[in-house]
Amino acid sequence: MKKVGIVAAGITKFDKSEKPLESLMLSSIRPIFENTKNLKQDDVDVVLTSTNANRNYLANIISELSGIKPKTSHSVESLCNSGTNSLVSAYAYVSSGLADVALVTGADKADNPGLVLNWDMSRGEYQHPIFWSSMFTSAHMRKYGTTLEDLAYVSVKNHKNALNNPYAYFEKSFSFDDVMNSRNLTENLRLLDCSIPCDGAASVLVCSEERVKEFTDNPVWISGIGQKTISASFTKNNNLASMESTKSAVGDAYHMSNKTAGDIDVVELHDAFSICEIIELEDMGLCQKGQGSKFVRDLYDTNNNKVNPRGGLIGAGHPLGATGIAQIVEIYQQLSGKAGKRQVQGAKTGLVHNMSAGSTSSTVLVLES
Amino acid sequence: MTRFEDELKNNNFVCSYCTKCQHFVWPASDFCNKCLGDVMWKQVSKNAKVVEVSSKDEQYFCIAEFEGNIRVFGTLLENLSPKHDQNLILEECGYDKSPKFVFKTV
Repeated sequence: MKKVGIVAAGITKFDKSEKPLESLMLSSIRPIFENTKNLKQDDVDVVLTSTNANRNYLANIISELSGIKPKTSHSVESLCNSGTNSLVSAYAYVSSGLADVALVTGADKADNPGLVLNWDMSRGEYQHPIFWSSMFTSAHMRKYGTTLEDLAYVSVKNHKNALNNPYAYFEKSFSFDDVMNSRNLTENLRLLDCSIPCDGAASVLVCSEERVKEFTDNPVWISGIGQKTISASFTKNNNLASMESTKSAVGDAYHMSNKTAGDIDVVELHDAFSICEIIELEDMGLCQKGQGSKFVRDLYDTNNNKVNPRGGLIGAGHPLGATGIAQIVEIYQQLSGKAGKRQVQGAKTGLVHNMSAGSTSSTVLVLES
Repeated sequence: MTRFEDELKNNNFVCSYCTKCQHFVWPASDFCNKCLGDVMWKQVSKNAKVVEVSSKDEQYFCIAEFEGNIRVFGTLLENLSPKHDQNLILEECGYDKSPKFVFKTV
């Protein structure tokens, strides 16, 4: 297989606007062409779009509107991890030699239909994502003594990190008391424990090792990939204090990249809700099982932003089809030394964790400078 | 409307069952998810166990497990928090755009 590098990235401000989906995507594609030396539309072999918007032949539309006539264009949809799964598809095209240059773009609107999953009969009347989150929280509290205070530190930390991200939805900090006193949605979930659906788009350009030098002197290499889908029904995750798909995907990504959790300098992980960050840190080996809350508290106390430096989903917002690509953009910027005030000093190896449908499916990427 | 949904509307919980693999196929489907063979529809026991529980606005809800592998979200009638693994009985079920399950603790 050929090596595949990320050579350029673009992102929009995450907000709520009247902009149509196509304009959002184009707004994140434009900086790629503006800022990448030698890149012309004719260079792009593949255009992949990631969205939950139920749009027909969107990749062809975006190709035409971008002035690209790709060999391959199609959409990738798998709910919240559509973005990283579209990057994996692009990787497959390029690493196999079917293509040399692939553009991956993702976008969604705040009211996209991917938020409520009508197919999943196991959710009964409890179809909104807050209910699966509440179950993960109950299980982790019961098994490991996690508290509402522990959860609040995830939110406080990620909102604080988002203040250094000019593209984040939230532009204000929230205190510990703000989080603790925010509206109760369930007995163990408050409003500020939740990510917010919003508008946004993000794009990346990947290419084969042979072509990388044409476009950049500082590529970021995709060295590890893991994907796992255990089900579409939420209740198939047997141990609710853990995320089976994440454990499987991260194991494969570490194996492929020949890395371990100890090698990871910076992480973007899928904190759809506060409890997700705690469980994912544990399941990805970044701390021991049951130590996720303490790990988060240590990060907060030491002003360490190595986990979700852009603010994660809680601070930056969650436009579903764009989220995974926005996470990749962040790690790309971190490993290229382009993360500005968010820069994690000396970061060489980064990890992206993106999941969907109550962690029934997870995608993990290891990226290296 | 599937048989599963039809029966739920009549307060009857049935699920697809593969006689060859001898297991309930959940979520309900026309095909077995092990052998992809045909299924029959079989009554699900009213007995369940609490997997996990939480509450919203003082109304408890839980994930309950039937027959060792059918897990569903449902509402608890009582205002007392049940414990993990506590026995439940299905008091009522229904279907209106989504399944509805109501439990009582035993």
